[in-house]
Amino acid sequence: MTDPALIWSYLAQGPLLWLTATLVAYVIGDALFRAAGRQSWANPVLIAVILLALLLGATGTDYATYFEGAQFVHFMLGPATVCLALPLYDNLPRVRRAAWPMLAGLVVGSGVAITSALLIARAFGISGPVLASLAPKSTTAPVAIGIAERIGGQPTLTAALVLLTGIFGAIVVTPLLNALRVRDWRARGFAVGVAAHGIGTARAFQVNETAGAFSGIGMGLNAVLTAIIAPIVVGWLG
Amino acid sequence: MITALSLILAFQLVGEILSRALDLPLPGPVVGLCLLVAACILRPTLAARLRPTAQGLLSHLSLFFVPAGVGVVAHWPVLRDHGIGLALAIMGSTLLAIAAGALTFQAVARWTGAVDPSALKGRSND
Repeated sequence: MTDPALIWSYLAQGPLLWLTATLVAYVIGDALFRAAGRQSWANPVLIAVILLALLLGATGTDYATYFEGAQFVHFMLGPATVCLALPLYDNLPRVRRAAWPMLAGLVVGSGVAITSALLIARAFGISGPVLASLAPKSTTAPVAIGIAERIGGQPTLTAALVLLTGIFGAIVVTPLLNALRVRDWRARGFAVGVAAHGIGTARAFQVNETAGAFSGIGMGLNAVLTAIIAPIVVGWLG
Repeated sequence: MITALSLILAFQLVGEILSRALDLPLPGPVVGLCLLVAACILRPTLAARLRPTAQGLLSHLSLFFVPAGVGVVAHWPVLRDHGIGLALAIMGSTLLAIAAGALTFQAVARWTGAVDPSALKGRSND
């Protein structure tokens, strides 16, 4: 029988262990999400992230080693984003009819997201690069990182803030919009896509196909708008 | 399924090339998304062909965010240093942005007559 320490040191170097761990953590997260009656607070991403963080801490594994294995899952974000074209195509007649509401919702949602984030952070004495890192947090990660670099933020901090925004948005969207009595799936999906990008979109797809399609559009449009207005708002408030 | 996956990756690849070549503000996959919508309009059979694979990927969209989510833990020290301010900024602005965006969409839909009864939520608690 081989020494377990040797087996561990072999596994810890290859991608198999952390790829498996990522999938298993998600399966557990998804099972708990279903067991909780698909309530938004039992967010599968959040549960999986907490489980993996505990596992990394317990085994003394650093993020770079973990990512060696997890990168295969991470890579699938790109093709999955391309696939958002299908629900968008299926909902095209609906999308054409909703051009004005989408434009208004985009400008207001995006403007409020950036301005209120910067004002609250500034009230707590945050300034300079951290403030610039916060500005694009409602957009999808690759765009947010590009914007942060251009306006003097820290790309890695931006990536973390983007993730936290997405998870928080996905958790609060259902109770918030129920309380506000917004019953239009288009409005519900679109608003969460603008405010909480892909993780909000994943949540929208869990609930309703039309909401998911509009969420994907909101995410895409906000990526463009934030690239234009974030430098201006940071110029005013930074 | 492999054909569908190849097509999806090809759209992402072309999107990536266009995004870089033309210095677009959009990342490659989002450009690929736009190209795929255009392609489906031109050839509706393409949509039927890709649908099973696309639905499979989209039904587990959450999974693909897990590795990046674990990265938050790697940035824990910076987040902790600015803890309260950053947490309140993220929570406050996200609540305000979702509420403002949804209410504006709904108001303008009523105002311009773009209300769609088939897109209304039932009275369940979803």
